[in-house]
Amino acid sequence: MKYIDEFRDGSVARRIGAAIAREALPGRRYSFMEFCGGHTHAIARYGVADLLPGNVRMIHGPGCPVCVLPIGRIDMAIEIARRPEVILATYGDTMRVPASGRLSLLKAKAQGADIRMVYSTADAVRLAERNPAREVVMFAIGFETTTPPTALAIREAQAKGLTNFFVFCNHVLTPSAISHILESPEVRELGTVPIDGFVGPAHVSTVIGSRPYEFFAEEYQKPVVIAGFEPLDVMQAILMLVRQVNDGRCEVENEFTRAVTREGNAKAQALVAEVFGLRRTFEWRGLGEVPYSALRLKEGYAAFDAERRYGVADRSVPDHKACECGAILRGLRHPADCKLFGSACTPENPLGSCMVSSEGACAAHYTYGRFRDTSRRVAAGAAVT
Amino acid sequence: MRRRGFTRALDFRHGQVEMTHGSGGRATAQLVEELFVAQFDNEALRRLDDQAQVEVPPGRLVVATDSHVVSPLFFPGGDIGCLSVHGTINDVSMAGARPLYLAAGFILEEGLPLADLRRIVESMAAAAREAGVPIVTGDTKVVERGKGDGVFITTTGVGVVPAGVNVSGTRARPGDAVLVNGTMGDHGVAIMSLRENLEFGTTIRSDTAALHGLVAAMLKAVPDIHCLRDPTRGGLATTLNELAHQSGVGVIIGEARIPVRGEVNSACEFLGLDPLYVANEGKLIAICAPADAQRLLDAMQAHPLGREAAIIGEVIEDEHAFVQMDTAFGGRRVVDWLTGDQLPRIC
Repeated sequence: MKYIDEFRDGSVARRIGAAIAREALPGRRYSFMEFCGGHTHAIARYGVADLLPGNVRMIHGPGCPVCVLPIGRIDMAIEIARRPEVILATYGDTMRVPASGRLSLLKAKAQGADIRMVYSTADAVRLAERNPAREVVMFAIGFETTTPPTALAIREAQAKGLTNFFVFCNHVLTPSAISHILESPEVRELGTVPIDGFVGPAHVSTVIGSRPYEFFAEEYQKPVVIAGFEPLDVMQAILMLVRQVNDGRCEVENEFTRAVTREGNAKAQALVAEVFGLRRTFEWRGLGEVPYSALRLKEGYAAFDAERRYGVADRSVPDHKACECGAILRGLRHPADCKLFGSACTPENPLGSCMVSSEGACAAHYTYGRFRDTSRRVAAGAAVT
Repeated sequence: MRRRGFTRALDFRHGQVEMTHGSGGRATAQLVEELFVAQFDNEALRRLDDQAQVEVPPGRLVVATDSHVVSPLFFPGGDIGCLSVHGTINDVSMAGARPLYLAAGFILEEGLPLADLRRIVESMAAAAREAGVPIVTGDTKVVERGKGDGVFITTTGVGVVPAGVNVSGTRARPGDAVLVNGTMGDHGVAIMSLRENLEFGTTIRSDTAALHGLVAAMLKAVPDIHCLRDPTRGGLATTLNELAHQSGVGVIIGEARIPVRGEVNSACEFLGLDPLYVANEGKLIAICAPADAQRLLDAMQAHPLGREAAIIGEVIEDEHAFVQMDTAFGGRRVVDWLTGDQLPRIC
């Protein structure tokens, strides 16, 4: 595939791997967090870790939109979907996310709720046009990448005069989550979770640009390298991070120049600002309440707001007691450290959110990398499935 | 056979399936005679008994059954009709058996155009004729509009395993070679290209095909093939996991050695799919002793359905029965069972 294979070339990967091994100082450990699930997935799927020297470690961050969706919000979506007049339109990833009472959207669908998988918000608008007697609710989730399409769908529904299209808005913001991690006591207190730098978001940055990260680099003295989602992008970004650390630099560098500019996509930003406003606070699974980290529909678009339409109340539901998703999302624990991993919690029966989406740290490790820790788990007497 | 004197022939141009076609009365008899018997035409069927009486040569009898619910009914490279013939012939063949006869059960939805039904039945008849495996008995039921999706077809096949052949999913041994007969993922991507909301232009056609001829040629070259399986739903990845589990062994495959069409790779890329998990309908995985591998590969490549055959990996000792892959990128990873449902209603 043209423009794809070039970014997955094994011989180039080995060259960059050799450069990282050469330049990483033998007496030092390097811990970098890749924020995005897309990077987590690429690292696991292509076996990037195998090409890194032992003293360079990747920490999987919370940038998987499905993983950070709290149970309460899924419960609210199910409550909306169960109304007889409603068709709930949703991205496929959210179907299996565990909700309260052993439910999920998939199970609610089997029980009779009209829940349909769509590939884009535009499909949800079409669904509303084709079903004028029903009310179509888009279960909108995701970071800055999926927010502009939701805004566009609302504007399209408005232009078409549709009165049966609504959005259940769960859009969240990347920079506030990164701040939250950097502000957390484990990261601030030296030595608990050393994060030496970030592989910055790819697609999110095409929208917001590289400028929002300049604050972190400066304020928290952490290097950031924005990277594409292809495995060579990730390798190159790691090399650039190693060089920044060695030079004592804390800059925002852009590896993903083929798509990201400093200013980002001004049109998309304007559209989002027109339709959405900030929530004062929003619960993230694994991170808890994060101030000013999510969006809601502005007053001018209240007629499209499913939360207002159906009066569903926000609720907070605690995670499974033994679930370590929160610690894993903050980089405190490795998936294999969790007692539930691979035994009670698998991609077929996910208990925690990190096991649901293929971009989640646990699912990626289970699906692609768990052969590496079988010996350790057997030694510890844990069940291996 | 005595004509029952139906007043008017079935209207294959404008007619549609009605509830009476499944009532067991005159309308059912007319549909059976004018469509199914006329198309499938063979001696056992012409007797119009409720069952078929057939001769079976000596050997171990193999029985396999397969239901087909594919949506849409017609797709590039095939339709539900030929798919239902190929699918069951392949299930019988994967035991190393020679398929002999098929039975077919139809669940028709009220309102299905008779023109569509005829097209499907003609396609089944052609596939059965080409394979040399007659459809000797069948059954037709009709459900109300909205209670089905056009047509569901269940086919059952019987065959006989010749003496000296012992193919089983339990026989993979460390050191064995793993082969496939061609490119992975064609069927799934062909179906996907027609799905609502996704329609994209592609030249990819379903690979649906009856594999018993290829299997016979392979067994002639290497009688002691250890395992054969067709990687349908769940694709290559899931089928390799089944075999690894059954035999209690691990498998290592090389990503660069697995044949995948460029178009399939591209389609999977933008749909977010992995070709290793996409369904095939004319492909098989073969596992044999390392000393037999080259001979088996040559025999496969000499057959029209195996031209792009390749050795893709080997069986290893592994108590966890992992399937692993050396990525073209240079790393190694698990190739796990399919989780969830990648493409519903694929066959």
